[in-house]
Amino acid sequence: MPDGDTRNVLEVRGLRTVFETRRGEVHAVNSVSFEVKPGELLGVVGESGSGKSVTMMSLVGLLPSPPAEVREGKVLLDGEDLLQVTPARLRDIRGSDVGFIFQDPMTSLNPVFTVGFQIMEPVRRHMGLNKKQARARAIELLELVGIPGAAGRLSDYPHQFSGGMRQRVMIAIALACDPKVLIADEPTTALDVTIQAQILEIIEDLRSKLGMAIVWITHDLGVIAGIADRVAVMYGGQIVEHAEVFPLFNDPRHPYTRALLKTIPTVSGKRAAKLQVIEGQPPMLGAAPTACAFRDRCPLAFERCHAENPQRETVGPGHDVACFHPLAHTAKEGAA
Amino acid sequence: MTRPLVEVRNLKMHFPVHAGILRRQVGAVKAVDGVSFDIVEGETLGLVGESGCGKSTCGRAVLRLYDITDGEIIVDGRAIGQESQMSLRTMRPTMQMVFQDPQASLNPRMTVGAIIGEPLSEHTRMSRAERIARVGELMDQVGLNRTFVNRYPHEFSGGQRQRIGIARALALNPKFIVCDEPIAALDVSIQAQVVNLLEELQGRLGLTYLFISHDLSMVRHIADRVAVMYLGKLVELAPRDALYDTPLHPYTEALLSAVPEPDPAKAGQKRDRIVLQGDVPSPANPPDGCNFSTRCPRVMEVCSRIDPEFREVQPGHWAACHLHDSIRPSGTTRRHTEATTMVEPNKESNP
Repeated sequence: MPDGDTRNVLEVRGLRTVFETRRGEVHAVNSVSFEVKPGELLGVVGESGSGKSVTMMSLVGLLPSPPAEVREGKVLLDGEDLLQVTPARLRDIRGSDVGFIFQDPMTSLNPVFTVGFQIMEPVRRHMGLNKKQARARAIELLELVGIPGAAGRLSDYPHQFSGGMRQRVMIAIALACDPKVLIADEPTTALDVTIQAQILEIIEDLRSKLGMAIVWITHDLGVIAGIADRVAVMYGGQIVEHAEVFPLFNDPRHPYTRALLKTIPTVSGKRAAKLQVIEGQPPMLGAAPTACAFRDRCPLAFERCHAENPQRETVGPGHDVACFHPLAHTAKEGAA
Repeated sequence: MTRPLVEVRNLKMHFPVHAGILRRQVGAVKAVDGVSFDIVEGETLGLVGESGCGKSTCGRAVLRLYDITDGEIIVDGRAIGQESQMSLRTMRPTMQMVFQDPQASLNPRMTVGAIIGEPLSEHTRMSRAERIARVGELMDQVGLNRTFVNRYPHEFSGGQRQRIGIARALALNPKFIVCDEPIAALDVSIQAQVVNLLEELQGRLGLTYLFISHDLSMVRHIADRVAVMYLGKLVELAPRDALYDTPLHPYTEALLSAVPEPDPAKAGQKRDRIVLQGDVPSPANPPDGCNFSTRCPRVMEVCSRIDPEFREVQPGHWAACHLHDSIRPSGTTRRHTEATTMVEPNKESNP
């Protein structure tokens, strides 16, 4: 935000997504705003049900409507509001300007088509390449994501690939049309740690090579610490804290962020005798929030937290928190 | 007293592979292939490894949920390796299991009371009133509200469901519990609650755990000793701190270096992390020699010929790796053994 040397490639303002269910409305995304610049990686962290995936799917109209309805907000991709464009225009944007990587590569690849076909499909659709050019592009992409013997594997089906290789195929498809924004929804959660390390390395490498903006959704704070430039923490359908990666990990200001960081054990450093616990359950989403979503689990909650929903307020350079009681600035939390 | 409660020797669990019209056996998936370890009474042994390495099969085989291919299992002084499932019934109360997915391991048509009480009606002669009292007691122990006794599993959250599974495992006062990925399906903020509960119960009831997990940081928290499994075999077994601070096996080293740390400063230094190339080979067709030789960054010529022996390299610290052979097989391998120089992960040459 402060140094305006590059404009935002993706800018989301006040996004509000509601599901109409038989039991009433479920407000899954409440006034979510964020932005990404080209070449930047924004991490979005949250537990299941915090609204991170729904947010991303709302951006490009991937949610079935009904029941989902994007009520308010702006999604500006290079200045064009994706919530206002025609469905046909949106189809052009999906897969070309915005690439998606999903969590489970087995369920997001079509098992009855060859991998080659699935990579060539968006290239032919969006870039208008002929079959031969598309094939060359597919081979190039598979090589880019580090699949050995790329040309020979185009005619293989998804089940003939291992989990890590399948995720590479997904990445290749997402990158097929040189997207401006890549949205990765828990792309390494289904993978083993050693395979996850390979995928993270590929993403780092591609990011510096291709310079696209990446929004990386995960519940794994460890992954985020390693790759993100900025982090948004989601809870109960809202962004509760947003900061650059160092301040977020070293100086978290929202009680939820701080508690979350303390509950996770590490493989090095000091070992806590007892794990810190966030008591209680994550909130069930329902009607539009009228109070802080974290109030029932927050050790610092006071009357105002039960009466009013806090808005994000700036507490430092590029650091904002939605809390009436932002924790004091700490010099050094360390790795504890 | 440090008597082993569980002794496992050379445990093998091979699943036959049938093919052709005669369904002849054409091979076997060696899910667990010669695993040996002890678990001392009151301790937690962590068993870590990647998916498909055989850790869950190992845990289930130790409880004799399978008819094992070969090996010896002694639990609480009784050899159960070859016993029939029928005669094992008297042993079941001693050894219990907590499963990974609390959704799948709880019968959706049974109330919580019925689920927790089922082992009691199977294995004890308690009256109905005694059973109800015991169920209430168990629910207190795992932190479930007693008034929920007539509810069904779907009315609970993931963490609470896992508490039901734990209460059921505790019903018969077991000594030994195999926890198979008990927290893998839970949210980060709920994982700590369940792990703390397991630790607290261990302290109170003197339980012995085999804690199976792929989460190395959580295992570091809960386990006293840790065993690392790769492709059906143990590659390293050591007290917790020794394993995490000075791993002896290159696989353990790679595994630890692959765990992302929730600290951006450390993540920055970790740019030189060891990234293993390739995937785990199929357990139906493991490589010759050392199972890890196809991905090992410090592979030597001998590794593809001879399977390294799982032996005690330092007191209490076991490893199966030729790097720690006391007698080097040949002079050419010596340069690989300088413990600090690690082969750089190939950054430029992508295979």
